[in-house]
Amino acid sequence: MAGQAGTTGQGLRETAAGRGCATGESSCQRLPETSAVHWRPRADARSLRRRGRLWTLSTVAHVVPFVAAGVLLFVVQPLAAAVSLAAFAHAWIIPGLYAVRGSNVLRPRPKAGAAAERTALGLLGDLVDHDARELHARTGLVVERAGLGTWVVGEAGAVLLRHRGRRAFCYCVRVADPTLPGPDRIAHLLLALRADEQGFATVANLAFSGARWRVRRHLAPAMRPALEAAAALDRVSGSARASSDRVAMGSDAAGRQDPVHDHRHRKPAHEDPPRG
Amino acid sequence: MSRLVRMDRTGHTTLAEWTAEDPGAVEAAVEAFRAELDRGYFGMVSTGPGHAEQVTELPVDAELVILRLPISGG
Repeated sequence: MAGQAGTTGQGLRETAAGRGCATGESSCQRLPETSAVHWRPRADARSLRRRGRLWTLSTVAHVVPFVAAGVLLFVVQPLAAAVSLAAFAHAWIIPGLYAVRGSNVLRPRPKAGAAAERTALGLLGDLVDHDARELHARTGLVVERAGLGTWVVGEAGAVLLRHRGRRAFCYCVRVADPTLPGPDRIAHLLLALRADEQGFATVANLAFSGARWRVRRHLAPAMRPALEAAAALDRVSGSARASSDRVAMGSDAAGRQDPVHDHRHRKPAHEDPPRG
Repeated sequence: MSRLVRMDRTGHTTLAEWTAEDPGAVEAAVEAFRAELDRGYFGMVSTGPGHAEQVTELPVDAELVILRLPISGG
């Protein structure tokens, strides 16, 4: 009966109330999947900044010792130039391997049947605007602007671009059913992201964080336009978000809500669509 | 005409279609929705560009209700 079903508004209120929203959190609804990773602190702008710095420190810790050892060896014994070169190679390759791991989150998975792929593509097309559909047709990826930054959503992961598109956070996140067609996988991630962006970033495993160019160079050429479109989009919204971040830091100190997470401040993706 | 679709290996399957004026169709849709929730699916509705909400009861006035599976870190 209609009375049993309730209305959209009723359903949303019930859902929100059932999730036990934190005081002051504007995006009240939480992904139920976050309960499976209850030990993780909820991702937000501050935690992303901290994790980004840790990744930078980690990269420096990998690079500096090898470079220093290579230089020292060459100074002490120029005949050991080959060993120095090997040390420099390590300094280049090890961070590169991390970047490869990051770019792999966007790698497409094996296709389902052609009919299933077409059907799933139709549903995904209903969820995004014309420009996003066109970009997906070219790259296999969907660009989505949100509160924490601009996302590039793939079949088994997503890349969040922040700091005006300069820094990438690469997340591994997947759907439980491996038989799903590619567009359906993207639709799953997109719906979860739109429902609770912070929860999405909490559930997903961070595979890499670093400069966007480090991810880009390991992406398939066909996929690169999506990353560039997302970066362009994030540059546009980045200054607004940066000012929100500054306000938020002040607000955090006062124990108030960070407005950067307020979905009321989010600009819908289709208002300023990505340009390939 | 509203639709309840489930994303699955076929792309998607339409489980129910209804209009608010047809109580029988609504009831069938509600039952189908609850059955899928019991199977572990989550009901999602788009609430505007870039926004979606999870629902635990079938929103009768929504044009499209999508059932998705849980996600997890890869």
